[in-house]
Amino acid sequence: MSSGILLTIIMLSALGLIAAVVLYFIAQKFKVVEDPRIDTVNEALPGANCGGCGFTGCRAFAEVLVKSESFEGLNCPVGGADTMARVADILGRQPVAVEPKVAVVRCNGTPENAARTSYYDGAVSCRVAHALYGGTTGCQYGCLGCGDCVESCKFDAMYMDPLTELPVIIDDKCVACGACVKACPRNIIELRKRNKKDRKIYVSCVNKDKGGPARKACRVACIGCGKCVKICPYDAITMVDNLAFIDSYKCKLCRKCVAECPTGSILEINFPVKEAKPAEPAVADN
Amino acid sequence: MFKTFPKGGIHPPENKLTADKPIVALPLPAQVTVPVSQHIGAPAIPLVEKGAEVKAGQLIAQSKGFVSANIHSPVSGKVSKTEPSVDSTGYKQLAVVIDVEGDEWVDTIDRSPALKREITMTREQIIERCQQCGLVGMGGATFPTHIKLTVPAGKKCDLVIINGVECEPYLTSDHRLMLEKGAEVLTGASIIMKALGVERVVVGIEANKPDAISHLTDLAKDFPEITIQPLQVKYPQGGEKQLIKACTGREVPSGGLPVDVGVVVQNVGTAFAVYEAVQKNKPLIERVVTVTGRSVTNPGNFLVRIGTPVTALIEAAGGMPDDTGKVVNGGPMMGKALALTDVPVTKGTSGIILFPEEASRRAEVLPCIRCGKCSSACAMGLEPWLISVLSEKGLFERAEKEKITDCMECGACAYTCPAKRPLLDYIRLGKSTVIRMARERVTK
Amino acid sequence: MNKILNVSPSPHQQSPETTRRLMYGVVAALIPALAASIYYFGMGAIIVTLTSVLSCVAVEYLIQKFILKVKPSVSDGSAIVTGLLLAFNVPSNLPVYIVIIGAVIAIGMAKMTFGGLGNNPFNPALVGRVFLLISFPVQMTSWPVPSGFKTGYLDAVTGATPLGILSEGVKNGEAVSALMDKIPTHMQLFYGYMGGSMGEVAAAALILGGLYLIWRKIITWHIPVSILVTVALFTGILWLVDPTKYADPVFHLLTGGIMLGAIFMATDYVTSPMTHKGMIIYGIGIGVITVLIRTWGAYPEGVSFAILIMNAFVPLLNMYIKPKRFGKEVKNG
Repeated sequence: MSSGILLTIIMLSALGLIAAVVLYFIAQKFKVVEDPRIDTVNEALPGANCGGCGFTGCRAFAEVLVKSESFEGLNCPVGGADTMARVADILGRQPVAVEPKVAVVRCNGTPENAARTSYYDGAVSCRVAHALYGGTTGCQYGCLGCGDCVESCKFDAMYMDPLTELPVIIDDKCVACGACVKACPRNIIELRKRNKKDRKIYVSCVNKDKGGPARKACRVACIGCGKCVKICPYDAITMVDNLAFIDSYKCKLCRKCVAECPTGSILEINFPVKEAKPAEPAVADN
Repeated sequence: MFKTFPKGGIHPPENKLTADKPIVALPLPAQVTVPVSQHIGAPAIPLVEKGAEVKAGQLIAQSKGFVSANIHSPVSGKVSKTEPSVDSTGYKQLAVVIDVEGDEWVDTIDRSPALKREITMTREQIIERCQQCGLVGMGGATFPTHIKLTVPAGKKCDLVIINGVECEPYLTSDHRLMLEKGAEVLTGASIIMKALGVERVVVGIEANKPDAISHLTDLAKDFPEITIQPLQVKYPQGGEKQLIKACTGREVPSGGLPVDVGVVVQNVGTAFAVYEAVQKNKPLIERVVTVTGRSVTNPGNFLVRIGTPVTALIEAAGGMPDDTGKVVNGGPMMGKALALTDVPVTKGTSGIILFPEEASRRAEVLPCIRCGKCSSACAMGLEPWLISVLSEKGLFERAEKEKITDCMECGACAYTCPAKRPLLDYIRLGKSTVIRMARERVTK
Repeated sequence: MNKILNVSPSPHQQSPETTRRLMYGVVAALIPALAASIYYFGMGAIIVTLTSVLSCVAVEYLIQKFILKVKPSVSDGSAIVTGLLLAFNVPSNLPVYIVIIGAVIAIGMAKMTFGGLGNNPFNPALVGRVFLLISFPVQMTSWPVPSGFKTGYLDAVTGATPLGILSEGVKNGEAVSALMDKIPTHMQLFYGYMGGSMGEVAAAALILGGLYLIWRKIITWHIPVSILVTVALFTGILWLVDPTKYADPVFHLLTGGIMLGAIFMATDYVTSPMTHKGMIIYGIGIGVITVLIRTWGAYPEGVSFAILIMNAFVPLLNMYIKPKRFGKEVKNG
């Protein structure tokens, strides 16, 4: 081995050694002292950083969990009960039972139901359209169809249906993180209690106009007649500002309100089709 | 050549189709819808109910709070209802609907056409009269005039600029007002001068209105404190800050107001309304509106009562052309597209433009080629390509640092963009979010 | 029956200038240079230009349609411009397969991998050229001697370029004045009578194109002028210090790819700064680096490298050089 190569090897090795020592001391001096449990809890969380827990990412949530005495009000909707149980294990605390939720789009303003009265040509963003005017229908509360909600979903649980011009939520994939709820400028999407077989009963309308103008704009609008409120045996329905609202935690899915609603504004999803009553014989025209 | 602002600006085609059409009074419609919010600030509170008989000029809604304005009935008749109805904001707002009967005016209004040159009121009386008559900025911003005429404590004002620029293409209502009511406009400018305790007025007019410039220069011989200043034709010369810079060289500071550099700007239409309010005790109940468009058969400038449905205006202009694709309330650069024409004319309606179908649709949006033309066009020295993307991606803190709130939404950037990107759509979104964020920071 | 109207936010008018019109404007500005290159280099120029343009368009179309599965956007003209500029940066006797490889690199690697139009940090035509220069050094540095249609294509007679003669000669210790005798006169250089890449030879044609671009408001004067003035000043100072070792500034401005680079390559929208102040700094940087490479570097010509190096600085220039804001900041008291 020539002296040149030997010298090179010695120089580079010495350089490496010095660098390693310097880095070690710097790492020690600037070390951030943290509760090691934060890392462990962070490992147990899904790592989606979706914000569904209400904090800015999984690590932030892990910090909060480690610092909190109880898990009241703290939940990871993505990981669900399993994840919360594991975290409870790590931290030696009691998990709090949380009802699973699912996102629901409360508008049925399809082109058949709500006639289009103008064309929208601006930037394809619901927030932009909402700031501009009431929308392409006579209803100034309804879905604008530009897909801000679909874009916000990080779990591929939403898509825009080109025929209905409304967003569709895929129940199996929805983790109820709430991103779409925040993205919608009109608060049309709501997180509701998830039922067995993904059954849902909800008022598919957020129109606050009086009955006449509401119905004029959209065939299946809630006209605020109140029949559903009266018929509900569980007091699950309230009427505010000409709009009925079904509390998903009080609703027992009896479907009485669906039959009562004169405009078909209340929808029942994933139920078996009710047997149609035998039709009344037509009265002869004498 | 002519004075102008140094940075930015564009030259859209002028299309002043109605520049030589004299103002014509529109016949009264059968019904008027008077929104209670036609101004910046809190909506006025209605004072009348269904069935009430009203006269033209009668107070029908009271201003609420400091930043607000009175609303007066533009017609005589009976109140039909008070309900939310769609107006040019695109949403339903509370409005007083009046069935028109005859044309009886409140008898305190002086309806004689003679010019009243002498100003007898004091400073405070002038401001109070402006407030009583519900005057707001008629250039489109609709800021309550009585507040603008009150110099805030700690600030000094030494100049009034009257905005006769009318830089938006198509619009000519200010032009005709200067030609036909020039003396009244200049008297109104003198009244504004007195209200602010100022000794000089400059009237800025774009050079594409040579007849107005020469007419007013002629009349200004009787008004020694008033100078007529011709300005280069460039959009947005009519923007307050650009107008002040061109006329005086002073730059309104970022986040500040014109009064910070000692100037107050008022539109020509507002000056005329001030004259009518102070000298004739007439509240703001009518205004000149340009109705125009390449396919319109009878374009013109119409004197219209507030609350007149836009459909009536379009009828007077020869009816809606078959090829109409878009109806804009205001100018093509900053006006608002209407979804229906059954909306009322308000204090801020300067024009109605009917665009044919081929000029109504936006071109296909292509990727940004980073040409920088938007930034060159921006008269406020901003970078539209940057703040528009920041707003689109939700990076509002950075947008605030890039001075997105300085944007006056003139639209020069989106006009210029060769890739036809909807720059201003997102900038507006970002601006409103940043303003909200800033307000929340202060109140916390 | 109520008419259904179009509604969109303001402004309701858009200028008639479009991306496509801008790109075709650049193509139009390149026509004098294209005519000059065909005049000097004959058949080879036609073959190489056609191959380059068609390959660039084809690569973009195929990638968009079959790999990215988006609507092909070749009609916006940007691939045609890249094809033309790539062709202008290579010798007219370059074999077809090498031109195609250049097109694949320029469009496929330098443009589409970054996200297509508007997203590439480096000038695609220059990336293609530099890639070819490094991969096929022999073919990329044998320059046909201009002799019109007699030049032929692959059988073209080749010779050294003026910059090549200069750098070789100076390395060998020859005096510049002696070398100048081997090089065509300044006037001949101005009209393009010299060996070189197809598009870079005729300064007259390029300047004509540049004036058209400025008149059409497609480019502004800032980048070309700052590059050319920097090169002129830097080489001028060197020449004044020692005219036997350094060539005069006019020579430097007329030879090599500096004219093509200053007017057409450095002014590419996507890879140049957005503010005028930034453009001037960018131009000065390109000028300095070009002269450094030409005078002390291993290559006789350095414009391509200079532009690519400055391309890397453009995001920094855009970040820190802001246009003058209207109105001073109001300090909240």
